[in-house]
Amino acid sequence: MAEQHRADVIVSCLHGRCPDLIPALQEEIERRGLTTEVEVVESGCRGLCAMGPVILLQPEGIFYTNVQPADVPELVEETLIKGRAVPRLTYKEPLTHKDVCYYEDIPFYNKQMRHVMHKCGMINPESIAEYIALDGYQALAKALTEMSPEEIIAEVKKSGLRGRGGAGFATGRKWESTRQAEGDVRYVVANGDEGDPGAFMNRSLMEGDPHAIIEGMVIGAYAIGAHEGFIYVRDEYPLAVRNLNMAIEQAREYGLLGEDILGTGFDFDIRIVRGAGAFVCGESSALMQSVEGKVGEPRPKHYHATERGLWDKPTALNNVETWANIPLIINNGADWFASVGTERSKGTKTFCLVGQIANTGLIEVPMGITLREIVYDIGGGIPGNGDFKAVQTGGPSGGCIPADQLDLPVDYDSLIEAGSMMGSGGMIVMDNHTCMVDIARYFLDFLKEESCGKCTPCREGIRRMLEILTRITQGEGEMADLDTLEALARTVQNASLCGLGKSAPNPVLSTLHYFRDEYVAHIEEKKCPAGVCKALIEYYIIAENCTGCGLCRRKCPQQAISGEKKEPHVIDLELCIKCGICHDVCKFDAVGVR
Amino acid sequence: MVDQHRINEIIDGYGADRMNALAILQDIQREYNYLPRKSLEWTAERLNVPVGEIYRMATFFTSFSLQPKGEYMCKVCMGTACHVLGGPRILEALERELGIKAGETTSDGKFSLEAVRCLGACALGPVMVVNEEPHGYMTPEKATNLIRKIASSDVEKVAAPQPASERASARPTVDLSGVPPAG
Ligand SMILES: Cc1cc2nc3c(=O)[nH]c(=O)nc-3n(C[C@H](O)[C@H](O)[C@H](O)COP(=O)(O)O)c2cc1C
Ligand code: SF4
Ligand code: FES
Repeated sequence: MAEQHRADVIVSCLHGRCPDLIPALQEEIERRGLTTEVEVVESGCRGLCAMGPVILLQPEGIFYTNVQPADVPELVEETLIKGRAVPRLTYKEPLTHKDVCYYEDIPFYNKQMRHVMHKCGMINPESIAEYIALDGYQALAKALTEMSPEEIIAEVKKSGLRGRGGAGFATGRKWESTRQAEGDVRYVVANGDEGDPGAFMNRSLMEGDPHAIIEGMVIGAYAIGAHEGFIYVRDEYPLAVRNLNMAIEQAREYGLLGEDILGTGFDFDIRIVRGAGAFVCGESSALMQSVEGKVGEPRPKHYHATERGLWDKPTALNNVETWANIPLIINNGADWFASVGTERSKGTKTFCLVGQIANTGLIEVPMGITLREIVYDIGGGIPGNGDFKAVQTGGPSGGCIPADQLDLPVDYDSLIEAGSMMGSGGMIVMDNHTCMVDIARYFLDFLKEESCGKCTPCREGIRRMLEILTRITQGEGEMADLDTLEALARTVQNASLCGLGKSAPNPVLSTLHYFRDEYVAHIEEKKCPAGVCKALIEYYIIAENCTGCGLCRRKCPQQAISGEKKEPHVIDLELCIKCGICHDVCKFDAVGVR
Repeated sequence: MVDQHRINEIIDGYGADRMNALAILQDIQREYNYLPRKSLEWTAERLNVPVGEIYRMATFFTSFSLQPKGEYMCKVCMGTACHVLGGPRILEALERELGIKAGETTSDGKFSLEAVRCLGACALGPVMVVNEEPHGYMTPEKATNLIRKIASSDVEKVAAPQPASERASARPTVDLSGVPPAG
């Protein structure tokens, strides 16, 4: 972002995948004598993960995907010296293979609204100077010098910001209760535990723009009167821990954290706590137990955390994305923030668009956008020969939304009405190769491991539901099981202590509601329509497609396939263990599942 | 083996406060690949908390292990995105290849296999990680080939003069003396 350079080469989504790319670029730029003109910036996630590493060349806005070190000489010669794009490296639409040269023309990006993630993938997250160059810490200066704590809280309330970690509690109200709670020690906490399997937006934010979270926390701490803050990060995210630590150090050096921030007399500092792989620790009371150095089990909520949280002191706990929205609200005003979104869901939300979708990656969209726009315009539709079946949101607490609800607006209330929830932003697209009974079983299996076991309805209820679902996927279910499942689900929902148990039945209930026919097929016809449940499927060779090439015969780990060269082969079902490798390797679509 | 001096260094790096228990255990786990029993006792003593409490933490959080792990830690993602894209088939293929189940270590102490929930690289699913190095877009075939490649490159490494005996002593075996003979 340095102003004095003629051009920037911004490299993203390395994820440790291509350590040689940046050195190769730097070397080539030096060799061609461009060092003073061109700067290479190693940046955070730009969202288009599946096509990384990606490079954005500024100011031209040329965008390259899948760049490898071997491409570097041509890239430098053609683009940086001659000013032409290298067609081989430009973005191709996944389904139409249309060539798109400029960043701003790519449909994946132009339906998005990147506010929170604005700096992610634009700046080097290791450099506070780059953050500051893009208006970073201006909101903090404004808040601390021009606004009273009450004014800040009023602004956040007016913006309509709701928590981005799941339940969507109004952030301004939470801060107000924390400020008004009795006691002189207060805390702020950022939840970066991101336990939802299939989601990584918080990771990208912490890695790509750590200062935004820190800035939001300092403003929040000032507003509620806290002097100490904690960021709780999953241990699986070492780069996030590193970048946050580095950002904290730099902020201290710049007088933006620590004692007497910006000479205003306000003291505040932040510590990082690493989680250790327990989904339930994302739940607020369990998280706070864990920060205190105890086993992360939820506590009964006789008191709200805003009154008695960390060490029984008033605590404002918010998701990292919630915190990162704060500087935007202070800088641009509550009205600007509230101008995006729906009546009751304001602003933008990040999602991880993954699963059976052409453009997998991290997206940020205005609240109220339809699922159809996300799946087809941004996501580019379903790859291969699949048909869209459902999109799962809300992680293990959420549900599956079927095709006939694709026009559902994505906001807190509509998602709950549809039997799912916003969650922290996982969005998993499923096509006709996904079995919905298996998905329900999968989530319960996950939750069985993650239930802390403190209360019986959650611990036992999940196990019993899982047993029933496992039976159904093995072809041993009965129709009466469906009623038992529903009854169990209601009990677990009503009688569990924390949010994990209360929402655990959602995946079961939503699939039962929308995809009952699949359950019935498993039970009555002993068939898995999606071809997933092993006990109910068999692989077979489609003779008219088989060229007798022998590839499957050689790859089968069980030697279950036989046949003469150039003759259709056959699978011996006695030997077959249904690993599906033959189906994977066949180039002629000659292996079917039934 | 477990060195009390080193454990104390780790504790002192954070300060002997209960609040740091989690971070201390994480560092010990990183250093030894598991939490040796002695280290739990020393930590409890230094932090002045009952050893049962420390033991409870060590068993509650899934990233801790009380058993030594193999030289190559293979984690196969069973997160939702990877599940939808075929993660379970990758795990099955590796279980077949290595002859162990998820959660176990091969008898030569070379490979540990684990099913984990989301590595935060969902866009590259199905994902597996071998000793912190991520591998995306896996298929059962690619996964078994990767393991075979590691196993064969390791043969060359072991063929070098001393390491074999060194590795044997560096890898504490489980004490079975108290277990009654089968049958
Ligand atoms: C089982 C469970 C897991 C949760 N995991 C997370 C998580 O990973 N990240 C998160 O921000 N919130 C998580 N939450 C929600 C938190 O309890 C809390 O509501 C949230 O962090 C508050 O922040 P917000 O108001 O900014 O959304 C979880 C809740 C439950 C019940
Ligand atoms: S509902 Fe489940 S996870 Fe929550 S406290 Fe009870 S047993 Fe633990
Ligand atoms: S689901 Fe496998 S990495 Fe996220």
